[in-house]
Amino acid sequence: MSAAENPATQISESAVSEALSAALAAIAAAPDAAGLKAIRNAHVGEASPLAALNAALKDVPNDQKAAAGKLVGQARAQANQAYAARETEMVAAEQTAQLAAESVDVTAAASRTRIGARHPLMLLQESVCDAFVGMGWEIAEGPELESEWYNFDALNFDEDHPARAMQDTFFVEPPEAHLVLRTHTSPVQVRTMLTRKPPIYIIAPGRVYRTDELDATHTPVFTQFEGLAVDKGLTMAHLRGTLEHAARLMFGEGAKIRLRPNYFPFTEPSAELDVWHPTFTGGARWIEWGGCGMVNANVLRSAGIDPEVYSGFAFGMGVERTLMFRNGVHDMHDMVEGDVRFSQQFGMVV
Amino acid sequence: MRVPLSWLAEYVDLAPGTTPEDVHAALVKVGFEEEDIHRSDVTGPVVVGEVLEFAEEPQSNGKSIRWCQVRVAKPGEKAADAAFGGTGDEVRGIVCGAKNFAVGDKVIATLPGAVLPGGFAITPRKTYGHTSDGMLASAKELGLGDDHSGILVWSTLGLDPEIGTDAAGLLGLDDSAVEINVTPDRGYAFSIRGVAREYAHATGATFRDPAHHLPATGGAHTAEAFGTDFSVTIDDAAPIRNRAGASVFVTRVVTGVDATRPTPGWMTSRLRLAGVRPISLVVDITNYVMFELGQPIHGYDLDKVTGGLTVRRALTADGRDAAGRVVAEGDVSRPKGPDSAGRVDPKGRIETLTTLDEQVRTLHAEDLVIADSSGAIGLAGVMGGASTEITSTTKNVLIEAANFDPVSIARSARRHKLPSEASRRFERGVDPAVAEVAAGRVVQLLVDLAGGVAADHGSYVVGRVDPKGRIETKAVEISTGSIDGASGSMSDWSDREPIELPDGFVSGLIGYNYTPEQVRSSLAEIGGQIAEAKGALMVTPPSWRPDITDKWTLAEEVARIIGFDVIPAMLPVAPPGRGYTVAQQVRRRVSNGLASAGHTETLAYPFFDEATNNLFGSVAGGEVPQVRLANALDSEQGWMRTSLLPGLLQTAARNRSRGFTDLAIFEQGLVFRPVAGVTYGHAMLPAGTRPTDTQISELNASIPPQPRHIAGVLVGDAVLREPGQKAVSFDWQDALAAVSQIASAAGVHIVVSQATHASFHPGRCAALTLRSSSSAEGAYRDVVIGYAGEILPTVADAFNLSGRVAAYELDLDAIAAAAGEPVAAEPVPAMTAATQDVSLVVATEIPAADVEAALVEGAGDLLEHARLVDIYQGEGLPAGTRSLTFALRFRAPDRTLTQAEATEAKQAGVALAAERFGAAIRD
Repeated sequence: MSAAENPATQISESAVSEALSAALAAIAAAPDAAGLKAIRNAHVGEASPLAALNAALKDVPNDQKAAAGKLVGQARAQANQAYAARETEMVAAEQTAQLAAESVDVTAAASRTRIGARHPLMLLQESVCDAFVGMGWEIAEGPELESEWYNFDALNFDEDHPARAMQDTFFVEPPEAHLVLRTHTSPVQVRTMLTRKPPIYIIAPGRVYRTDELDATHTPVFTQFEGLAVDKGLTMAHLRGTLEHAARLMFGEGAKIRLRPNYFPFTEPSAELDVWHPTFTGGARWIEWGGCGMVNANVLRSAGIDPEVYSGFAFGMGVERTLMFRNGVHDMHDMVEGDVRFSQQFGMVV
Repeated sequence: MRVPLSWLAEYVDLAPGTTPEDVHAALVKVGFEEEDIHRSDVTGPVVVGEVLEFAEEPQSNGKSIRWCQVRVAKPGEKAADAAFGGTGDEVRGIVCGAKNFAVGDKVIATLPGAVLPGGFAITPRKTYGHTSDGMLASAKELGLGDDHSGILVWSTLGLDPEIGTDAAGLLGLDDSAVEINVTPDRGYAFSIRGVAREYAHATGATFRDPAHHLPATGGAHTAEAFGTDFSVTIDDAAPIRNRAGASVFVTRVVTGVDATRPTPGWMTSRLRLAGVRPISLVVDITNYVMFELGQPIHGYDLDKVTGGLTVRRALTADGRDAAGRVVAEGDVSRPKGPDSAGRVDPKGRIETLTTLDEQVRTLHAEDLVIADSSGAIGLAGVMGGASTEITSTTKNVLIEAANFDPVSIARSARRHKLPSEASRRFERGVDPAVAEVAAGRVVQLLVDLAGGVAADHGSYVVGRVDPKGRIETKAVEISTGSIDGASGSMSDWSDREPIELPDGFVSGLIGYNYTPEQVRSSLAEIGGQIAEAKGALMVTPPSWRPDITDKWTLAEEVARIIGFDVIPAMLPVAPPGRGYTVAQQVRRRVSNGLASAGHTETLAYPFFDEATNNLFGSVAGGEVPQVRLANALDSEQGWMRTSLLPGLLQTAARNRSRGFTDLAIFEQGLVFRPVAGVTYGHAMLPAGTRPTDTQISELNASIPPQPRHIAGVLVGDAVLREPGQKAVSFDWQDALAAVSQIASAAGVHIVVSQATHASFHPGRCAALTLRSSSSAEGAYRDVVIGYAGEILPTVADAFNLSGRVAAYELDLDAIAAAAGEPVAAEPVPAMTAATQDVSLVVATEIPAADVEAALVEGAGDLLEHARLVDIYQGEGLPAGTRSLTFALRFRAPDRTLTQAEATEAKQAGVALAAERFGAAIRD
């Protein structure tokens, strides 16, 4: 059946307008994407009145074809546009609805990975080492179970001098083996001087032992870092400069240092090192940080270094003590008990 | 060392109003750290009172009290307690239990508002039917001694102060003391004399050396004054390190002493503030002089000494000295019984000494003793003997002021576990020139305070070791003027040689440009004798500074006296460094890697018991060689760890007990692993000179190996129960995951194989070996570097850990040694991969890793990757077998593979697995 035979498909403005209105109304009335799809054939598809009108164009006389074609074409385009717009709108709405349905409480996330932590005593040692490695120094190490010669004799601790007894040393069986748990990391200095020729610039970090019972400020096992520089022409002014630099790196630009006379068998002159910083726990004040001095000539001689040619300086600080006033740790128990809360508050940063 | 300020002020000017804090601040500048401040514990109104009358009132308990009327202020004046809220009455009633006073006696009245030692507050108090408006005090109540036999009466102190005077001031109770830490090189500072000198250095105040004012005490003191039957001899048969046991030995005698007299309040007050308990007048005097001058003094009851005195080494068997000479005729052992340590000499002839503390001590041939004809009567410089002890009945006192060798005294004090005020000073070095002055000072005080008479007895012997190692002595005339005379007689026996101090040396060492005048004046200030030489100063250190031995010690004195504050700050330039070693880098990466992967670093003490070390330190749980401490804090935990695991297990248990149930912890640290059959240790080497290379390598080999390990423990949940998430417990696989993390961080390949270890679950334990990175085929190193898996449940129980406890421990030194090679990169082909799965049925006991290895080897280069994705066991499979499913990824570098090529490669892999393990494809 052709359009010409069907009066209903006679192209007229009213027929086109009617079909378009019906299509637009249906598109607008579609409740959802499925409903929209359902009216597609009836109003936009090939079976729609507008399609039928379009098909009737072939029967329109040639002189009217252009006008009729324009009329039908515009109507079809309008219907298609309305359909597409409505479809886009509906897809977007459905996506929005789906995303809304998927929303979560981001504050109730499950922890997919565990968060670990380093121990602050280790982090602080590493930070000291980084500071000195940055200045061209190197990191030297040695055993914790040490020969008395390295721990005492080579460091100018006479066997019968009270300074040796004051070290509160852990001795190892049998006594004639002359083995001790090192009381400081200074034996590493001796080992380094025996194996390397000056210039020597080293930091020796590590565990040391004294026979102190554990309490809030003492622990039989603790950590030190010591520095040693042996070169031609080194003076106590170089010692002060190095310590001042170290204090600023460790505590901040505002740090100041002070040296007080003291006694250590392995240095001459010897000094106690105080450090001052505005942010210390307990307020800006001077705090005893460690010991230092010019390497004793006998120590250089024991290591085969001529004290008439070379001079050196050395210093040593406690890492636990540093952590106490730098980071506000009040009780030594926290550092040695291994409570995970202690490490975890530091994470990867000290 | 505690220094009462009033005492200090006798020898150095203290500005008015100087506080203990000021003194601390001054002394710290010259090297004496502040320790504490001690103040007398008496405060408030404590005055001189006079007993006007008293009534004796018997009490129902059989005792009686005295109801006294005491005048505590001059007529018409208010008493001192008025300012403390008291009545201020000039005469008042006080109840007193003591009977040792009479009407008219002047006493010490503590009035309301006063506080006595122990926080004892004086208030008006109703007692025995009266209101006692104050208290009459005993010496003990005032903290002046132990005398509580009665109240303190001024006349017994030889004093007659005015009524109402502040008694605290008269008794020295208003004094305070600073406590300083004296470093072991400064023995001279264990005296008021030494501290006063240092205070003068610090402040510029005028110092008056008490040793320059030798008191004139009468008596004609000659070297031979004891006469023929009372000789004093230094006879050292075995000098230690070529030094005479006694270099100075001064004796003096005071006769007719009244040893029962009380010690004056000013002396007991100072002694108490100095930390010494007053005992009796004679002993207090010797202690007082020791604190004042730094010279330990020993007093003997002269009537108990038989014959002359000899300073010698203790005798060995047969009464022979160390040189084998017969020194004592007959039996020198007194008494014959066992000594206090229960030792008995089988021959009964080793010398013993009963010391003042009533301990019978067996002497060592190296001990220096003072002997009379009966044998040893004192352990020189350490403790006197009981047989000649001064008592309340002592009349005649023999005073000894000697200078003993520091090493000899240090060894004796250590050997007999007898550290004393005397040995502490001798070990650090006592001024040899002060002995004579100190003896004279004791004589003076015994004369002045104990009513004694300085006798015409005295001796002054000096000793030294001659170039041939023999003891040489001489008698010196005792001087009566000052120490200058004494040191003059000492000078030709002094071993102090001048030290050459080259010009510019001090500035060159310190880094500050000292003027020649600064150097000279500093050294003169500390007491050095200075002579000019060409291009140098020749400096003879003072007699009290044995620590000054070379130009470095002189430089320190200059720097110390001028002050460390002048030293500038200069940063030295180190040569270019090599950065961190490979091992140092590996260690840090490993720890950071584990922390990043959710593990928490903890640190543990390395002290354990032997059984724990055996269990964790050996594969089979047998005995392993261990390092044992001689003086462990806890004798049951006296062995150094052989493994990090027990410490981690303890740490885990501690955390669990604190409510932390889910833990992944790790530690990096040294373990102590002596090798069986090796004897460790080395004889002592000399110091001050470099050992030979051979000696050094022997010394290094004499120390047990201490490898650095990395270990971890995992307990509780790996994945926590959370919204939408089920908990997953830690197990052996988490331990292996940590091992993989370590291998990755270190840059090494670690191979896992089934194994057993005494401390691990027998079915859940992996041995870990290193695979050489240089061989792609996988050349296995045969050395196991660690274990991972689950801890044996009974072991975990012993550590109070329930549930599965996963653990791993690896030799980090071995890992670091294998690390550090640059990575050889392989191409990353972009051709499309072909993936296939294969399921192989094999006997259950065949390790999956072995099947995978065969598959990989057989499939050849086209197989890029194989991963075990499933294990099935049960229905449909023969008993004793299981099916392993692998996901395979094939790729050719140059073309897209066809499925047929991939299948062909897979079949080749299956064929090798079939050949090796009888594997069959599961349909």
